[in-house]
Amino acid sequence: MRSLIPMDLLRRLTLLACAAATLAWGTAGAEERFITVASTTSTEQSGLFGHLLPRFTAKTGIAVRVVAVGTGQAIQIAERGDADVLFVHHTPSEEKFVADGFGVKRYPVMYNDFVIVGPKADPAAIRGGSDAVAAFAGIARAQAPFASRGDDSGTHKAELALWKAAAVDVKAASGQWYRETGSGMGPTLNTAAGLGAYALTDRGTWAAFKNRGELEVLLAGDPRLFNPYGIILVNPARHPHVKAADGQAFIDWVISPAGQQAIADYKVDGEPLFFPNYRP
Amino acid sequence: MTDLSTAFATALRLITTLDAALVEIVTLSLRVSFGAVLVACVLGLPLGAALALARFPGRQALVVLGNALMGLPPVVAGLVVYLLLSRAGPLGEFGLLFTPSAMVIAQVVLITPIIAALARQVVEDLWASLGEQLRSLGAGPWRAVPTLLWEGRFSLVTVVLAGFGRSIAEVGAVIIVGGNIAHVTRTMTTAIALETSRGDLPLALGLGFVLMLLAVLVNGAAYWIRDFARARGG
Repeated sequence: MRSLIPMDLLRRLTLLACAAATLAWGTAGAEERFITVASTTSTEQSGLFGHLLPRFTAKTGIAVRVVAVGTGQAIQIAERGDADVLFVHHTPSEEKFVADGFGVKRYPVMYNDFVIVGPKADPAAIRGGSDAVAAFAGIARAQAPFASRGDDSGTHKAELALWKAAAVDVKAASGQWYRETGSGMGPTLNTAAGLGAYALTDRGTWAAFKNRGELEVLLAGDPRLFNPYGIILVNPARHPHVKAADGQAFIDWVISPAGQQAIADYKVDGEPLFFPNYRP
Repeated sequence: MTDLSTAFATALRLITTLDAALVEIVTLSLRVSFGAVLVACVLGLPLGAALALARFPGRQALVVLGNALMGLPPVVAGLVVYLLLSRAGPLGEFGLLFTPSAMVIAQVVLITPIIAALARQVVEDLWASLGEQLRSLGAGPWRAVPTLLWEGRFSLVTVVLAGFGRSIAEVGAVIIVGGNIAHVTRTMTTAIALETSRGDLPLALGLGFVLMLLAVLVNGAAYWIRDFARARGG
């Protein structure tokens, strides 16, 4: 009977599948000592983590796995207990995260700033101004295209605060001159470059961004564009599997003189992108 | 045009220098995809065959459901697996989220319906042509399952390749459950998504060319093996 051969084949396939599964499971690096950090695209894509993490790992032997998403999603991940440390940039959300019992304590780490980028032609004539709110009001008046993250990220929240201060109802303009991309900073900048639209971006992502097209920085330096980052250990009382000791070791290092110096030392094209600001 | 040629040059440079970062993500991509295809075959091929031969109430509804699941949006599959594997989810205690295993699981969810639905069609057609002969040899539908799968092996190779194609090209599910972590869960497709979002379009497209080359190689190998087996009268 021929069926003997396929039976054998099926058995072998099953064995092979088990082996494959084991292989994939094995690559998870069960032996490796690591923590998971939920953070934002700005810190990852600007290259800051590529500069910082090897220094920390060399010192402590703890590898750091970064899941880089928007601040809103990063907080979600941490709230569900899927990360050990949260490293994001929207202070009110961070304070709420701690107040709600998801985090232990927020430490200020560093800041950078947001900049308003837009097409060289600058139809809303905001170039060189120093008032971000006035610039936003000008963009709305000119009905010039604006590409928004629209994704509940830290940058998106900062942008919404500016529209509110400018008394512009962007909800009403959504789909017209106001375009919500619902995606990360990079894709939003790609969209802005394609549309010749204005956008609010953190300086780190902008510095590392290559597909600029006609876009350039038109306004920077308004104190309201200040963008502080905080770091928080996920509360082990709520999620017992959290690697509290190793996570805290990472936080302690980032706010230590050595960590703060490493942040200050990180430069793109000779310009520092992040400014350490931990105060005990 | 310059973008395309830069991308092509980037792809060439990555391949010829055997760029270490590229080798790492290609290895992980292949590992995840092959792992997922193997598990999906073990589940999907017998399931498809059973669905082809069994007669029970509600079978048609199951067939339609299986066919519909071939179009399962990867993001949805990814989200479901994410919620299951999350620490706050029912399988959270295993700590599988953001590991290659999570990516394999998500892809098994995606491609098992493809393999099962296509295998069902192959087996159904074979049973229509060979059923009488097999029955005369005393084999009922259930005894015939392994024989039919074996007889249909050449068509089933294409079925398996369809599953492989879906899994190697897929980004929506693996980026959610894997997290696109450098050196841990970064595959070809998530790297392409990352480079696109960094605005490095030539590098993203260059990686895309490498991915397509990879798919051509795997399909070519499958074709060659099939030809070889056929020539041997297998």
